[in-house]
Amino acid sequence: MDLIELRDIHKTYNLGEVDVPVLRGISLQVGSGDLVALMGASGSGKSTLMNILGCLDRPTSGEYLLEGREISGISAKKRAKLRNHMIGFVFQSFNLLARMTAFENVLMPLMYCRNRLSEREMERRTAELLEKVGLADRSHHRPSQLSGGEQQRVAIARSLVNRPQVLFADEPTGNLDSRTSEEILLLFQQLNQTEGITLIIVTHDPGVAQHAQRIIRIKDGQIESDAVFSRTAGLS
Amino acid sequence: MKLYFTLKMALNALRHNVMRATLTTLGIIIGVAAVITMMEIGKGASLAIQRAMAAIGANTVVILPGSLTIAGVATGSGSVITLTPQDGDAIQKECSSVHWIAPIVRARVQVVYGNLNWVPTYVYGTTPRFLDIRDWADMAEGEAFTDHDVLNSSKVCIIGQTVVKELFGGQSPVGRHVRIRNVDFKVIGVLRRKGANLMGLDQDDILLAPWTTIKYRVVASTLSGGNQSSSNVASTAETNQLSMIYPYLQQNLYYTQTTTEQLDASPPIRFPNVDQILCAAHSSELVTSTVQDVSTLLRQRHRLRDSDSDDFYVRDMTELTRTMASTSELMTKLLLCVAMISLVVGGIGIMNIMLVSVTERTREIGLRMAVGAEPGDILRQFLAEAVVLCLLGGTIGTLIGRGSSYVISLVLRWPTAVSAGAIIAAVLVSASVGITFGFYPAYKASKLDPIEALRYE
Repeated sequence: MDLIELRDIHKTYNLGEVDVPVLRGISLQVGSGDLVALMGASGSGKSTLMNILGCLDRPTSGEYLLEGREISGISAKKRAKLRNHMIGFVFQSFNLLARMTAFENVLMPLMYCRNRLSEREMERRTAELLEKVGLADRSHHRPSQLSGGEQQRVAIARSLVNRPQVLFADEPTGNLDSRTSEEILLLFQQLNQTEGITLIIVTHDPGVAQHAQRIIRIKDGQIESDAVFSRTAGLS
Repeated sequence: MKLYFTLKMALNALRHNVMRATLTTLGIIIGVAAVITMMEIGKGASLAIQRAMAAIGANTVVILPGSLTIAGVATGSGSVITLTPQDGDAIQKECSSVHWIAPIVRARVQVVYGNLNWVPTYVYGTTPRFLDIRDWADMAEGEAFTDHDVLNSSKVCIIGQTVVKELFGGQSPVGRHVRIRNVDFKVIGVLRRKGANLMGLDQDDILLAPWTTIKYRVVASTLSGGNQSSSNVASTAETNQLSMIYPYLQQNLYYTQTTTEQLDASPPIRFPNVDQILCAAHSSELVTSTVQDVSTLLRQRHRLRDSDSDDFYVRDMTELTRTMASTSELMTKLLLCVAMISLVVGGIGIMNIMLVSVTERTREIGLRMAVGAEPGDILRQFLAEAVVLCLLGGTIGTLIGRGSSYVISLVLRWPTAVSAGAIIAAVLVSASVGITFGFYPAYKASKLDPIEALRYE
């Protein structure tokens, strides 16, 4: 069974009197432990697709099965719960909360967890993740005191703190220079290989997409191509 | 989310922008401080009013002996002898709402000093408690008689200003002797000027002496006809000069008892009686219960059956108490209006800033939603911020209010009283202002679309 299965997903935005179709019949499967790059020009619908995959948005029609469960019609509250324990997000602009330290930023999603951990367990897990992304010594710095690469690593630690099965990264290297980009991508690959986390990276940079095992290209709301590579060259 | 985390988060958010938080709560701070100050000054003022009212006698209850009805004709209160000094002692002992009691023996007698004489409106035999009840304890000159004088039936008296003027012409009467029915009384004190009462009767036209003295040394001779207020019953038997001059003049409007009837009707005197008992309740609110307590007790003591009607009357100062109640009610309402206005203004300030804050933190809201915050979590977070803001404002306001009312009481010498109710109310009101005015911004935040919110610049 695939982790993610989309069946004929349509998404139409209603702008006043005109309906604007953004996704026009997308069907795809992503297996557990895949590292997928989602490519496409701006306006192609890749962000919309990612929002639907990330349970931030609902499709107009079509079926979305996450772990075999149909979730395209569930309520906002249930989607929030799902996002909390199954899905992690990494954004282009990091989206760290400026007035909190790195530590507090990473810990934050745990506070919204329904079956909550003890405070000590929460802190232990946070510290562990910060160490994993190599920021153990900077945990009490605020985002403004960190470099771009460090901020993105904090964001990655935050997305992992609830031990999600799938991670969505929306242009994760868009605001970083090439050397830090490489570091971040390496971190992603590590996570994918050692932890078995499914990764879906949205990008328009072919250099980033190279790191993936599979590249899905979107054009005008439809899948243009879906290419699977063997172990990527980028790692070696 | 646990309350603890919500509060921690709210405090964290507020700490981040101290200046703004302070300015925002200023409305609440000023509002609550004003309310507390007003309440405390108001409470002090109403205490002062209460004291003034008590001085006029708002919390006093008067117990009078009952009325004797002969052949369908009521002879008025005081025509039977039912009240004893022991009744008074029992009331003092048994009725918890009663603060002081004073038995009173009345007389209408001439007071002679040298070649001057005067008939005071009030010649009362009583105990020193009378002065406490009438708020008359500090004397203009000399001192009051004591309980010891009452036990001794000492021949001492204290007199009001009018009596001083009439008999002594402005000289100090203390230490001098006056005669009442040929009994020699030493004047030991002069009462403060009190002026006329509400009915226009001169309250300074008074002579006070131990009730035992008045009872046994002065009016003992006229005891046969009941007490002083019904003394006409006794005197009608005497020859009346007027009716001899004008034979057709009807002297008595009502039926007069013959001596035989009198002997039949009035109970034999077995005990020393008093003409009335004055009680002071602890406060004017207790007057109603005092009336009840006293009635119940006296019915028991007088061994009245359920079918019998009271052989006494209990009267309170309804007019005064009602005035007092309406005064304090008016005051409370006035303060409530002021409080409401200032708190609404403060609340609008809170709402305004919370709306700004929600807009400012749209991205944060989007992110929190993306990592799994439910709309309810967001609602709680912003609501908690507003409530914490208001509660902090309420606390600071309470402190400032307490402080300023203290300063006012020091500088202006106004009476103030700590009002625990006002403090509790201020805290509750500021919390509810926070909830009321914080709800809309928080609701707005919780209804944001995470995608839109994340994209917000």
